[in-house]
Amino acid sequence: MPLWDWDYALAILPDLLLALVTTIEITVLGSVVALLLGLVFAVLRRAHIPVVDQILAAFIEIVRSTPLLVQVFFLFFALPRLGVTLSAFAIGVVGLGVHYATYTSEVYRAGIDAVPRGQWEAATALSLPRRRVWTGVVLPQAIPRVLPALGNYVISMFKEVPLLLAIGVVEVVNAGREIGSQTFRYVEPYTIAGILFLLLSYPASLLVRRLERRSVRT
Amino acid sequence: MSAPDPLIVFDGVEKRFGENVVLRDLSFTVAPGEHVTLIGPSGSGKTTILRLLMTLDRVTAGSITVGGESLSHAPNEKALSVVRRRIGMVFQQFNLFPNMTVRGNLVEGPTRVLGLSKDEANARAADLLELVGLGEKIDAHPTQLSGGQQQRVAIARALAMRPDVLLLDEVTSALDPELVAGVLALLKDLGETTDITFLCVTHEMGFARDFSDRVMMLDGGRVIEDAPPERLFTAPDHERTQTFLHAILSH
Repeated sequence: MPLWDWDYALAILPDLLLALVTTIEITVLGSVVALLLGLVFAVLRRAHIPVVDQILAAFIEIVRSTPLLVQVFFLFFALPRLGVTLSAFAIGVVGLGVHYATYTSEVYRAGIDAVPRGQWEAATALSLPRRRVWTGVVLPQAIPRVLPALGNYVISMFKEVPLLLAIGVVEVVNAGREIGSQTFRYVEPYTIAGILFLLLSYPASLLVRRLERRSVRT
Repeated sequence: MSAPDPLIVFDGVEKRFGENVVLRDLSFTVAPGEHVTLIGPSGSGKTTILRLLMTLDRVTAGSITVGGESLSHAPNEKALSVVRRRIGMVFQQFNLFPNMTVRGNLVEGPTRVLGLSKDEANARAADLLELVGLGEKIDAHPTQLSGGQQQRVAIARALAMRPDVLLLDEVTSALDPELVAGVLALLKDLGETTDITFLCVTHEMGFARDFSDRVMMLDGGRVIEDAPPERLFTAPDHERTQTFLHAILSH
């Protein structure tokens, strides 16, 4: 049996591409959760609200100190017992989104801290409402600085999606595994899966590097 | 004829940062339209007075009122905002919003705080930029302007709120020497043509002399001398004022 069979590789490609769509969907939706929730975490932590601050700090520490796989299993098995039934796809989105939100919140925090104190003071001197200080002054300055770091987390999340095969999500690696288990040929599906990741991750990382260079210039 | 009610009243104000006492039992008043300059060595509390008035810091003890309304002990955020919007501040480092154009900087407060329409705020911004000599820079970004131009925009931004009180915190200290004269001339012009009450911290003694109705000399968190400029600069009562002026004028 040859190491690589082109006919077989071409035959399984449509199924793998279909599974890649699922991988991308989870990445996009998970990123939306991570980017929005991370921002909420960062703003709440900056507000230093008693009790909320401590609870949030503990939550972030717990999530960051435990494996993503454990968190996904927890959501998959514990939520139904609490009366919440979600599909494996939705659990994947929520699990990845919340996990990465604890990291993006730190990124946002660094960006917010980098906004000079004088900007806050100038906004106070104009009596701008608190919400407007955030939306009009602080975040428009903080977020562009941290776009490269946020982009890196999105790429990292994309590469973590295969972890969801543990709960049965048919993303591209799991699709390759299923194809392999039916044909007992694993080299082609896993190699194609790897190439598909590379084809998306590499241009994305180039884009992030470009953003980094631009943020250094400005 | 009786003197007008003071616009600004500091009554027994103390400000501490931890163990460090920056202002001690400070009491003074400022009349409407008066131009008061605060001088003194570093750490004497000049900038802290401005920061307390702008509510960037809070008093440790004592009280501050503006126009009879409490600034230091406002009952709620809304009441505080009403008093605070009577005050404008121009900072040493300009603090323009770099994510906005010059126009954006000038219309932000009037539209978001004063409730002006965009057209009204734009018209006000254009007038003020003409006043500070930067009418053609309305669509520029702050990073495209020189330090002197940025400070003029910052002055225009503060004026756009039509403040009763304008606080000037070493507004020329961060400027190249050749840009200082233009900004000071603009401020002198504003002092002569408006009825704004000015509180000014500066090391430009010539400007302080020409611009001020009163000069207050601070040392160690206290006002040690408070006199018209012509007296304070020529025949100061306090020995500390003499040594300070000697040091700064011979520099």
